[in-house]
This record gives sequence, C-alpha cells and structure tokens, in this order.
Amino acid sequence: MQPTGWTLEPHDADVRVVGWGPTLAHAFEQAAVALTHVVTESCVAGREWLTVSCEAPDPELLLVEWLNQVIFEMAVGGLLFSRYRVVIEGEVLRATLWGEPVDRTRHAPACEPKGATYTALRVERVAGGGWVAGCVVDV
Amino acid sequence: MDTSKLTRIDDTTWQIDPTGDMRVPGIIFADEALIEAMDDKVAEQTANVARLPGIVQASYAMPDAHWGYGFPIGGVAAFDPDEGGVVSAGGVGFDVSCGVRSLLTGLTVADIRAVQERLADALAAQIPAGVGSRSGISLNRQEMDAMLVGGAAWAVEQGWGEPEDLERIEEMGRMAGADPDCVSEQAKKRQRREMGTLGSGNHYLEIQAVEKVFDAETAAAFGLVEGEVLVTIHCGSRGLGHQIGTEFLRDMLPAAAEAGIRLPERELACAPIHSPIGQRYLGAMRAAINCALANREILGHFAREVFDRFFPEHRLPLLYDVSHNTCKVETHTVGGRPRQLYVHRKGATRAFGPAHSELPEALRGEGQPVLIGGSMGTGSHVLVGMGTGGKGFYSACHGAGRAMSRHAALKRWHGRQVVDDLAERGILIRSPSARGVAEEAPGAYKDVDQVVEVAERAGLARRVARLTPLICVKG
Repeated sequence: MQPTGWTLEPHDADVRVVGWGPTLAHAFEQAAVALTHVVTESCVAGREWLTVSCEAPDPELLLVEWLNQVIFEMAVGGLLFSRYRVVIEGEVLRATLWGEPVDRTRHAPACEPKGATYTALRVERVAGGGWVAGCVVDV
Repeated sequence: MDTSKLTRIDDTTWQIDPTGDMRVPGIIFADEALIEAMDDKVAEQTANVARLPGIVQASYAMPDAHWGYGFPIGGVAAFDPDEGGVVSAGGVGFDVSCGVRSLLTGLTVADIRAVQERLADALAAQIPAGVGSRSGISLNRQEMDAMLVGGAAWAVEQGWGEPEDLERIEEMGRMAGADPDCVSEQAKKRQRREMGTLGSGNHYLEIQAVEKVFDAETAAAFGLVEGEVLVTIHCGSRGLGHQIGTEFLRDMLPAAAEAGIRLPERELACAPIHSPIGQRYLGAMRAAINCALANREILGHFAREVFDRFFPEHRLPLLYDVSHNTCKVETHTVGGRPRQLYVHRKGATRAFGPAHSELPEALRGEGQPVLIGGSMGTGSHVLVGMGTGGKGFYSACHGAGRAMSRHAALKRWHGRQVVDDLAERGILIRSPSARGVAEEAPGAYKDVDQVVEVAERAGLARRVARLTPLICVKG
C-alpha cells in the first residue's frame, strides 16, 4: 500500500469509499478523492476553490459529516473536486476544496452521490502508523 | 445466504425466528434460488429491524431484497406509536419517495419504430438526466414551500401536468402533513435548481411496449393492450430528499440514545414517533414525498411535450404513480383489531388490493397498480395488489434488485458495448455516461421475471403485464 491513497470497494447497490494516509487528515482527504472518482474517472481541474467546516464527536462521525459536506457542495455548486486540504482539530474539521464545474461532455459523470452512510464506517490507525478512513456512499 | 438459520414456512416464505432482543420474527419472501443468491446481510438487517421498539407483527424483506444501510433495500416494517414505536430515517432511505410512474400512449410499437431514433434524441434533449443537468426551473423561497406542501397538485397548478393525473397518484398527488419549516435551508438550497430532473444511477425514462398480458381483465381495466406503448419514469425527491435523509440520519443518532433505544447498527437511527424530532422528521419526509411527486409530474409533462411533437393526436393519460421509499400512516388489522401504524417501505411498493378506501374510484374494482422497474435491457412489470391477506402490510417488491456491485459490473461490461448490444435488440439508450451505462448493465440485476413470479406466488401482488423497453433515457 502506498503511504497515501484511495480506493473504491464493492457494495451490493452502492459503493464504499476508502482513503488512507500518514495522518487522519490525509486519510479524510483521500476518502474525498475517492468520492470524486465515484462520479468520474476523468481529470478534474482545480480552477476554483472554497472552504467548508464541520464537526462531530468522534472521528467516524466526522468522516460522514465531512463527506456529506463535500456531497452538498458538489450538488449545490454543480462542482467536482480534484484536491482537498483538511485540518482536524479535536472535533472540528476545516477544509479547502479545489475543483471545477461539471462538464458533462468531458467528465461524463456516471452517478451522483446522495449521502455518506454509517454502513461499513471505519476510521482506524493501521499497523506501522497512518490512518484508514472509509464508509459506504449511497449512489 | 446461509439458509440453515432460517425456518422455511412454505415455498416462498422464510422465517428468522426471534432470538436475543428481537421483538418479532423476520420474514423473507423468496424462492430457493432467490434466497440462496441473497447476501447474508439481508437476513442480518431484517433481524436488526425486528429489534426496534414498537415494531408490529414482523420485519419483512421482499423478493428483490438486497443489502442496504440499516433496513435492507426491500425492507418493510410497521410501528405502533402507542407502543413506543419509532420512525427511522434509515428505514425510508436517502431518496425519499423514489418511485415509478407510467403513462399510457395508445401508440403501437410500429408507431414508435417509425420515429425511434428521433424520438430517443428528442427525449434525451428534453429530459434533464445525469449529474450536472438542470431543467431551467428555479424556485424562490415561496415557490419552494408551496411545492413542498402541494406536491403534484402544485405542479399541475403551475401548468406542468394534467388535473386528471392527481387521482392516479398515491395520496391524490399531495401528501398531507408536510411541513416546509421542518426542511432545512440546506435541503431547499440543494433542490432549488433540481425540479424536473431525472437524476442518475438507476433512474430512467423508458418507452416500453406491453409484451405480454397475464391478466386480461385487469389489463383492460388499466388500459394495457399487448403491442401498445407506455412511458415510464423512475426517479425521486432529488437533492432535497437526499439532504433530509442525511440530516435526520445524523440527528436521530443522539435522539435514539436519549430515548433509551439501543441501536443494533447506527444506520437504524430512529426516534419515537411521539417525540419532537420524530414529528419534525415526518413533517420533512412528507415534504420530500411531495417534492418527488411534483418532480415526477413535471418529468411526465416534459415527456408529453415531446410526444406531442411526434404524435399530436395522442394524449398520455397516467396509469399510476407509486413510491418506494416512504413511511406512511395506514390502518391495518393486526391481532383482530384495526391499528393505525407507521409503515416503512424502503425499496418496496405499497400494494393495496381491490376495494381499499384509499384507492380512487376508478381503481377500486381491480386494486392498486404495482409498477415494477426494470433495468434497460430487461423487462418491467405491472402488477396489482391482492385482495386478501395483505402480506407484509400490503407491500410488494419494487424492481429486480442488484445481483452484483457496480464494481463487478464495470469489470464485466463496457458502456459502449452495452449500448451497441441493446441497439441490436431494438432498444435505444441515451445517457451522458458510458460508465454509468456499464454500472447499470441489465446483467447486473436479478432476473425481474423471477422476482415478480415469486411476489405473485407469495401472495404479495398479482402479475398483470410484462413490459419490454424500446428507448431508455438514463441518468
């Protein structure tokens, strides 16, 4: 496994997004990159940026809040994001998202995430250090 | 699924006997082949639902059940508010009131074949489908609240639909008890530009031919004629419903803990019906139902506009509009007495039988149409609610149900090839995404014929007609 990365795991009807990295914040960033890849396999430019914040009492609930915040911004702004920078301080997450408006021809978006769920929700340290964060997303 | 832990009741009924803190049994309707193909998670989730307070009679799973979150997709459960019963956001799902409507055309397959390519292109141009699509309808604050209260009736008032449609929609096109004040600004913001959009994933608009009639009398009453064509639309409450699901799933977690409800899984987050958050959810969820009803009414109007250009002499009357993801207050006789229950159907269709008081006069003789969605290349079905028994609180399946993950489908099929193969069979697909088509390939779903046959044998609903696709606009 690379020190930082993401993957999509199968689920009967939906899909599980997973991110990992040396810190909890990196794992959350990569889980959001995985979320973008639920929608498109095409290159997404980081031409625009915005900031978001959310909070939750534990890291697992914070992951769901974070991904739902990203889903909300994707839906309302008609945006796709290529890069994320996450800072986590206690129960609070602040993030910057870089992306661009959906281009239906270039991005050929496959499906739209409806919401992040508590199904197969795990945020945990892994052997040798680092974090893995993932949950099923309803699509 | 490992059936060794189930009790086989009959040919199509399997029971999970109550163990531990299960309050009622779990019942799965399936034949041997379907149950063996089901994920073990379906039984686990069906049993978990049976642990929730106030559940009545049993926790049910329909023949198309598959692994969901909290409730299985295809899960049905009813709760009594006076026995501590709960309402569950996970028991309704993110796409509140996702459902199907079918319109009759009176046109023949030959009529469609004569213009099939041009009609497919025109529908694809008119029906906003897929991620990033917009319908051009934008609602201000007052219009949004009016829509959330008025549902399909609001859409008709705006000129996007026909007054005659309303009696052919569940709740007469307008769900009572909707409260826009219970819907967050975030949810309203998410919906502002999404009215009259199809969405993505398994949502679609299909032109379908009546291929086979199983029940001639009921088919005739429904206006279904072999060789004639229908327009069927599958979609839901779009961003508004998704956001309501997201927010209440989150807010019901601490609410359940405060109410002393032990959740077997976090996705079963729920709240007592007699609680402020339970009532707020019901107000918001009913508003989302109205959003879905209005959305399907507008999409039906868009489809009529296209057909009017090709076939100006043909009206497109609505056969029926049903929802799959709801919690509704219904009266059911349990233990020999009528009880008012909160029936959750998540990926399941209400299937009232003949003479039911909630059906419009025009359908009371036959029973409620039960519209079963297909998956591009496979067929769809029209069933009718059964008069007796009322199994699973008068519920039936809602589709074929996935047989494999999107991941596995992508490994097996290429979107372009799926489109070409279907075109050779006379089915034209229009979609903005080849990958989306591959993920939704017909082979990724269970055999819908088998599912509805089992639904019939189990006494959930009776087959009326089988439909086969001619054109599919896919999100």
